Amino acid sequence: MYTEISLENLRENKLPHIWCAGCGNGIVLGAILRAIERSKIDKDKIVFVSGIGCAGRSSGYVNFNTLHTLHGRPLAFATGIKLANPDLHVIVATGDGDLAAIGGNHFIHTAKRNIDMTVIVFNNFTYGMTGGQVSPTTPDKAYTTTTPFGEIEEPMDISYLAVASGATYVARETIASPFVLEKYILNGIMHKGFSLIEAVSSCVTEFGRRNKLEDPAIYIKWLKDKSIPYSKTNALSVKDGIVVGEFINVEKEEFTEKYYEMVKKVRNEERD
Amino acid sequence: MKEVVISGNEAIAYGAIYAGCRFFAGYPITPSTDLAEKMSYLLPLNGGVFIQMEDELGSISAIIGASLAGKKAMTATSGPGFSLMQEGLGFASYSEIPIVVADIERVGPSTGIPTYPSQGDVMQTRWGTHGSHPVIVFYPSSVYESYKLTVEAFNYSEKYRTPVILLSDEVIGHMREKVRLVEDLPVIERLKPNVSKEEYLPFDSRYDVPPIANFGEGYRFHITGLTHDETGFPTSDPEKAETLIERLHRKIYKNMDDIGKFEAFYTEDAEYLIISYGATARGAKDAVIELRRKGIKVGLFRPITIWPSLELPLREIADGKKVFVFEMNLGQYVLEVERILKRDVVFFGKENGELITPEEMESCIQKSL
Ligand SMILES: Cc1ncc(C[n+]2csc(CCOP(=O)(O)OP(=O)(O)O)c2C)c(N)n1
Ligand code: SF4
Repeated sequence: MYTEISLENLRENKLPHIWCAGCGNGIVLGAILRAIERSKIDKDKIVFVSGIGCAGRSSGYVNFNTLHTLHGRPLAFATGIKLANPDLHVIVATGDGDLAAIGGNHFIHTAKRNIDMTVIVFNNFTYGMTGGQVSPTTPDKAYTTTTPFGEIEEPMDISYLAVASGATYVARETIASPFVLEKYILNGIMHKGFSLIEAVSSCVTEFGRRNKLEDPAIYIKWLKDKSIPYSKTNALSVKDGIVVGEFINVEKEEFTEKYYEMVKKVRNEERD
Repeated sequence: MKEVVISGNEAIAYGAIYAGCRFFAGYPITPSTDLAEKMSYLLPLNGGVFIQMEDELGSISAIIGASLAGKKAMTATSGPGFSLMQEGLGFASYSEIPIVVADIERVGPSTGIPTYPSQGDVMQTRWGTHGSHPVIVFYPSSVYESYKLTVEAFNYSEKYRTPVILLSDEVIGHMREKVRLVEDLPVIERLKPNVSKEEYLPFDSRYDVPPIANFGEGYRFHITGLTHDETGFPTSDPEKAETLIERLHRKIYKNMDDIGKFEAFYTEDAEYLIISYGATARGAKDAVIELRRKGIKVGLFRPITIWPSLELPLREIADGKKVFVFEMNLGQYVLEVERILKRDVVFFGKENGELITPEEMESCIQKSL
């Protein structure tokens, strides 16, 4: 099934966007917008929250209630929004540095709470906005502006961490398969609880330039070639490959509902 | 009207509930923790939300989000945690989100002495963030005032669309007094837009304080910590940057008659003037009474609004008087007093966890007679 991107959901007067030609962010944002369209949720009830970085700029381009927060903090802002008004649908767009480095603590704890929101992390293996520094997900030996001799830290697996932290829907796909990505995002939006979709994206300008991937098409092919379906590995994380698929999709009590049920209960008891 | 014996921190919690606060996010830190604990009890009973976040960065972020979603929201912390909140405070100031932050000071620097009082955050409340934005900071001196100023902190945050900081110290926070929780204090709600969705400008510069919609009400607007124009979208146009920052200053400084609060105690015929606030001002009152008994004409000027500075009243009241500043730090508010009065004043301060006693104040004044 093919869904058009509804122009209504874009702030056309804010376009063109600031992203470089060939950047994968547009593909991810397209998948998010198509998924939102298919979800049929009331657009006035959507709050689109983002952090800081190239991915974080996405909130400026979409026509919902939008909040461009601080570096690393989008999930904490989102927690406040959802808890204050559970009728709102909270969608968060974040980068790998934003979510897993400076925002790592919020990431773990928001997943642990299983609070209802959908987080789409644009994982491009680097800090694009600040000019291509190393990120928690930078692959082994890769060159970045702060690893001029190649990365020596083991990369962090965001999806793995999300599952371990208590997220109840986690999936990963690359921009080489935008429609699968779209499906996962839709599943995430329809899922009640904390859902995280890791969208493995490209940064041709910063990461690509330093790692022989400056050509957008070659970059996407590289991502496709490295992709291994989850059904074939049975391991969420493998060395030198990108395991793609739906990793977890379970139902568990959602935090906001649990909270308001408690409120109802204690208020009734107090009246007795 | 309830009569209760409670601590200053508990009074803040009761004041918050009275003012309509229905969201608290925080992270425990002495000596503010009992405030969070009280809120964790009071909020669910009042249909509100309490959440203990993973840290202070998360706490302030969550209350900003909650405020945008329409709830009056607050957090509480102490020095080190307050430092972590600076990033969020700057965001809330610049994007004009009403929130209240209670900072119950402890001895510093760094983790200092957690259970002892200090007034070491006075400058941090003013200059802790980067960039140039005004702040509103209130400092209670009693348990009742903790209650009343909390209600007012919420009122001012809504009225001026800005964070308001409630600065208190371990002594005021933990001492217990019998208070009447007055229930006829006015409660102010934020001004909501009444224009069409197409016309709505979240940062409309025709107003000093533009009306603010809540997320989910049909106005789809954008909020960012980047420099923004009237529409809320980022801009790097110096003229628009200036329009915004000027308005942020105007909305506060133009209303100093409303915002500026102080107490003048025996100042009319005074030859000597003590300037002191919070817990220290309680001792200063004793010193004034004692010195008056000895025939020395001393008065006390107690700023309740710590920021913005009370320039006009301070100049008027200090006129022709010898000025003494007492505070539990090694010289913070005194810098502001000197700046305003443009002359030297006598300073006595300590930051070792001990209160300044009335006797110490008396001898300091008597020495310079
Ligand atoms: C507190 C803070 N620290 C650092 C920065 C600078 N900064 C801006 S974007 C960014 C990295 C973003 O990387 P990532 O989240 O991976 O997003 P990308 O730009 O790659 O999409 C950093 C470090 C900041 N804005 N705020
Ligand atoms: S720097 Fe990288 S991530 Fe940022 S817009 Fe350019 S290509 Fe995309």
